[in-house]
Amino acid sequence: MTRNGPLALIFHTLVVLFMLAPLVIVCLVAFTPENTLSLPTRGFSLRWFQAVFHHPDFVQSFWNSLWLALLSATLAVALAVPAALAITRWEFRGRGFLNTLFLSPLIIPHLVLGVAMLRLFALVGATGSFGWLVAAHIVIVTPYVMRLLIAAITGFDRSVEQAAYSLGASEATVFRRITLPMILPGVTGGWLIAFINSFDELTMSIFITSPSTVTLPVRMYMYATESIDPMMAAVSAIIVGITAVAVLLLDRVYGLDRILVGQH
Amino acid sequence: MSAAAPRFPTPLILSAPAALLFAALILTPLVLTALLSFNEFEHATGRTHGFTLDHYLAVLTDSYYLEIFLRTFRVAALATAICVVIGVPEAYILSRMGNPWRSVFLLVVLAPLLVSVVVRAFGWSMLLGPEGPINAALMALGFGRMRLLYSEGTVIVALVHVMLPFMVIPVWTSLQKLDPAVEQAALSFGASRGTAILRVVAPQILPGILSGSLIVFGLSASAFAIPGLLGGRRLKMVATIVYDQYLSDLNWPMGAAVAVLLLAANLIVMLTYHRVVEGHYRRRLG
Amino acid sequence: MSFLELRDITKRYGTLNAVSDVTLSVEKGEFVSLLGPSGCGKTTTLQMIAGFVEATSGSIRLDGRDITHAKANSRGLGIVFQSYALFPHMTVFDNVSFGLEMQRVPKAERKDRVDEALGLVHLSPYAGRYPRELSGGQRQRVALARAIVIRPPVLLLDEPLSNLDAKLREAMQFELRDIQRKVGTTTVMVTHDQAEAFSISDRVVVMEAGRITQIDQPYRIYEHPETEFISRFVGKTNLLPGTVQAINGLAASVSLAGIPVEIDAGGLVSGETVTLCVRPEKLRLIAAGQGRLPGRVAERYFLGSQWLYHIDGPLGTLMAVTPNDGSAPLETGVPVGVDWNPSVVRVHRGRLAEAPDPTLEAQ
Repeated sequence: MTRNGPLALIFHTLVVLFMLAPLVIVCLVAFTPENTLSLPTRGFSLRWFQAVFHHPDFVQSFWNSLWLALLSATLAVALAVPAALAITRWEFRGRGFLNTLFLSPLIIPHLVLGVAMLRLFALVGATGSFGWLVAAHIVIVTPYVMRLLIAAITGFDRSVEQAAYSLGASEATVFRRITLPMILPGVTGGWLIAFINSFDELTMSIFITSPSTVTLPVRMYMYATESIDPMMAAVSAIIVGITAVAVLLLDRVYGLDRILVGQH
Repeated sequence: MSAAAPRFPTPLILSAPAALLFAALILTPLVLTALLSFNEFEHATGRTHGFTLDHYLAVLTDSYYLEIFLRTFRVAALATAICVVIGVPEAYILSRMGNPWRSVFLLVVLAPLLVSVVVRAFGWSMLLGPEGPINAALMALGFGRMRLLYSEGTVIVALVHVMLPFMVIPVWTSLQKLDPAVEQAALSFGASRGTAILRVVAPQILPGILSGSLIVFGLSASAFAIPGLLGGRRLKMVATIVYDQYLSDLNWPMGAAVAVLLLAANLIVMLTYHRVVEGHYRRRLG
Repeated sequence: MSFLELRDITKRYGTLNAVSDVTLSVEKGEFVSLLGPSGCGKTTTLQMIAGFVEATSGSIRLDGRDITHAKANSRGLGIVFQSYALFPHMTVFDNVSFGLEMQRVPKAERKDRVDEALGLVHLSPYAGRYPRELSGGQRQRVALARAIVIRPPVLLLDEPLSNLDAKLREAMQFELRDIQRKVGTTTVMVTHDQAEAFSISDRVVVMEAGRITQIDQPYRIYEHPETEFISRFVGKTNLLPGTVQAINGLAASVSLAGIPVEIDAGGLVSGETVTLCVRPEKLRLIAAGQGRLPGRVAERYFLGSQWLYHIDGPLGTLMAVTPNDGSAPLETGVPVGVDWNPSVVRVHRGRLAEAPDPTLEAQ
């Protein structure tokens, strides 16, 4: 039931091309056998992917980013589930403040968070600590988890829990057998979106990473400001691939349009 | 969770871990940074101490900083305007598509949001680079090679690419809330398609457009990676000078002052929006 | 001592009394309905019996045991929720089995009892399905099976049929009653639908603004509403304002807009303002010039088994209902006589305002 006229469809095609062009070109150049970034490429080669795997800095940054994203997404979910329950299910003093606080990283520029945390870490002597980096990432990905969880818990029919109580279940049993399974799509969706955001984060991380904890986006940024060769394209293609897998998973468990559009 | 009122403050216990972390890593550092911006800075030793308003005065009077603030404002405003011009019609077109195309293209337009901004900036630098396809096309058309990178135009184009989803999302959301019968009703009264869009659809999605514009403007004004990678060394914006102050000049109080101003500008815009616009439209559109 | 006893139950939210001094005794095996409009406190009362809302004062006793402050999960009551509240991530079988699992019933017995309960509600073939794969009526049956499988002393039904369409609702009413008879469980149902309450309850409790205003058998409530509110809320009624002209022993003569009508005196005094309530089906339409009032057919509506007439006359417009016995209905504009049996007239002292237009009432 497409009701768009030809002009609208041409416009739409141009927008889609515009959105995809930079990602497509990165993935094409990643397979070039050439030494430079010239396009169009002749032939097909995996040499630049090999170069990435033999570049110890990139390999280490990849593992840093992966661990960072896994840890911060998991811990953010662990902190956000009880906090979201508290905010959605109880009226208490300070509830509005906490709600604003938990969502505040969405409206504070990451640049500001980066310099602010740099100052704190410098004062407590935590500069370059991986643990503090994880904590910082938890803070910036928690809002995404909170939004999904609050939506999941708000849209939840409380009488289902009451039904379980009336059938003799204890509070712990109700949480484990009823509440948690019912908000599970929100939990997994939140974990994945947190993982993606942590894995991609550049602006804050660039201030608070040390040579041993440099993340992949920070490594790429620093590399790109100095030289540009097809290895960057290969790294980018790897990131696009990982993101694509996460996005497909996200779409499966939660519905991507619901995450991106749902509770705006 | 039981019906009985909690005898001890359960919600506080449940939210305490997250609240403590946020207090430690959001509130404390922001306060420390605000304090730091009033410290004097000794260039020779790098020590910070005492109290001064010099950094703020410098930012507000020095033509170097003023130019950067002005440029940032201009770039962000242009990127926002282009996002409106592209994003609003695109959201409308998407909303009029049938499934499965609608879901597919919504994914295509929104998913780049989830790809690291460094990757996207890198993509643009290749597209617009001297050996890139844009230049190849220009040469084929006889325009000759053009220097596209490291200009305000490049930064704006890349910012539009990064920010477009933030415009499409709120507009799409307000279009979803729109009853399609309302537009049909307007058409049934003899309104032309254009009139129907302008008089009936546009007023109802205006809050979405405003909300999207604010997000885009706020994020563009504080964007770091795009100007950092595509603006080159000369084209400084607010975010890149904060970076320079902190990591090159090591003048943290100066950087802190710029960061505080950036944060304040962001918050003022967001809060004003909330007070004025949302209140107004909530009343009118329920 | 009754099986379930509520004594002076009150629930206060701030300064608002949601439920005031509700006292109710339910006998073992009885089916009692709490009937009233939304906001009358019927659901709050049910929630206090269930243990989801704690009573501000008063006591609730079940089989001699005080359960006023017992936790919801220790009361062992079976509850069917308005939304059904099925566990969406469990199959029909697991939904029904959940309560038995909580009671630590051994697995083999659990299976037998779940099968039995599903058989009772005619859902045996659907045991492996998930709630979202069932129709509204089937979900309703799962909710019922889940509540009765634990053999609760009392079954609580919160607007159990309100989410079903009209036809299914009627069928489920009788089935619900049938199952309740078979199982013999004491049942308390909350509903705002008088037809539902009347057709399946042993007794109906009418609630109004947090208070009980009448407890009686359905027939008695319909025929002898004790308050103006009940006579309006329960069925349709013609309200005829008049003045007592004279008392002659046991009879009183009332003037309805100048037309004298005889009623039982029952404590009335001369000169008093009264309102006579007559149900539409109690009015007889007879030949013009006969009966107690003259009238003219203003409108007629075909209701299937009945005809509803609007009759214009000296007292304004009256509603009259006659059974559709197959004969030709009265044409609009035809003059008729309106008559009734004196024993069907209910007298309210004082004047009643006309019922508000239901289409303008906020929900």
